[in-house]
Amino acid sequence: MQITVKLFANFRNNRFKNEPRTIAPDTTVRAIVAELALVEDELGVILINGRHGSLDQRLSEGDTLSLFPLVGGG
Amino acid sequence: MQEIVDFLQKNAEGDLLPFSAQQEAAARFSLHLAEVEEIALTHNLLPTCYQRNRTMISIQQQLSLLRSKVAVFGCGGLGGYIIEELARLGIGKITVVDPDVFEEHNLNRQLLCTRELLGSNKADAAARRVAAINPAVRVQAFALAFDRGSSVDILQGVTVAADALDSIGIRLELAAACNKQNIPLVHGTIAGWSGHVAVQYPGEDILQHLYAEKKTDHGVELRLGNPSFTPAVIASLEVAEITKILLGFEPLQPRRYLAVDLYHSEFTEVLFPQ
Repeated sequence: MQITVKLFANFRNNRFKNEPRTIAPDTTVRAIVAELALVEDELGVILINGRHGSLDQRLSEGDTLSLFPLVGGG
Repeated sequence: MQEIVDFLQKNAEGDLLPFSAQQEAAARFSLHLAEVEEIALTHNLLPTCYQRNRTMISIQQQLSLLRSKVAVFGCGGLGGYIIEELARLGIGKITVVDPDVFEEHNLNRQLLCTRELLGSNKADAAARRVAAINPAVRVQAFALAFDRGSSVDILQGVTVAADALDSIGIRLELAAACNKQNIPLVHGTIAGWSGHVAVQYPGEDILQHLYAEKKTDHGVELRLGNPSFTPAVIASLEVAEITKILLGFEPLQPRRYLAVDLYHSEFTEVLFPQ
């Protein structure tokens, strides 16, 4: 099935901004994060179709997954 | 009182009150500069330093800012700019909190950090800076770490709190303390070229959502560092939100956060549903 992955800020470095991806049914957000070689500890907000999502959530056909880095400096 | 008003009116230039007259009134009538400012504003006289505020901020609104108290947690990258802007705006009471001293690696971005202040406490430096810019501001400096024990005293009488902390765990504690005392919290944070801003209104829990995935107290800033411009941008966005809250303008909507990416020149607004 097809989903779209959107990456924000430094997650785009050497990756992409916006990419359609073909994934197996029932793939979790965690699996996509691993596939993109993103570090889980650096993961901030996860959005699925603009709504707050979680690492264990399974993706569905047509979903848009947005991943923001964890930001904590001041 | 009439004697003070007469003095101020006599020494005003049109409806502008020069600082020299404000100072003289304070000395002559044994008042704090803030008290003179309050009398001036209630009689439609604007201290000259606020002249360029006036098309955006009326004399009445300037008085609201004078009667406000903003607490800034963290006097480093974000905090330095926030405190500077609050002082110039004319916020009447500013509380500044930071246990740390300036170190050489702060020089690339922290407004209050100068070579001669290396080794000095950041909250004390903030208080001195405010006094140098706007001596009518009453500053309270706490050279200590924010925690549950210190929060009640520090947040006493605060109208709006500003998050300029560098630890996610302490931020979440501040968010909880603000909620407990019904104080709106303007949250900002930075890492590299990016950052974000959000407003937590009393009873809301947007920071819990923003940091739902957190496993440590620090984000990608540990690896990326922070350049000079990112704190200036995010701090200014925070001060704009603080000003809107204080003046009853429309601030960022609840449950929204504004993600800023200066490298890709993007501002993204994200809504967390109920």
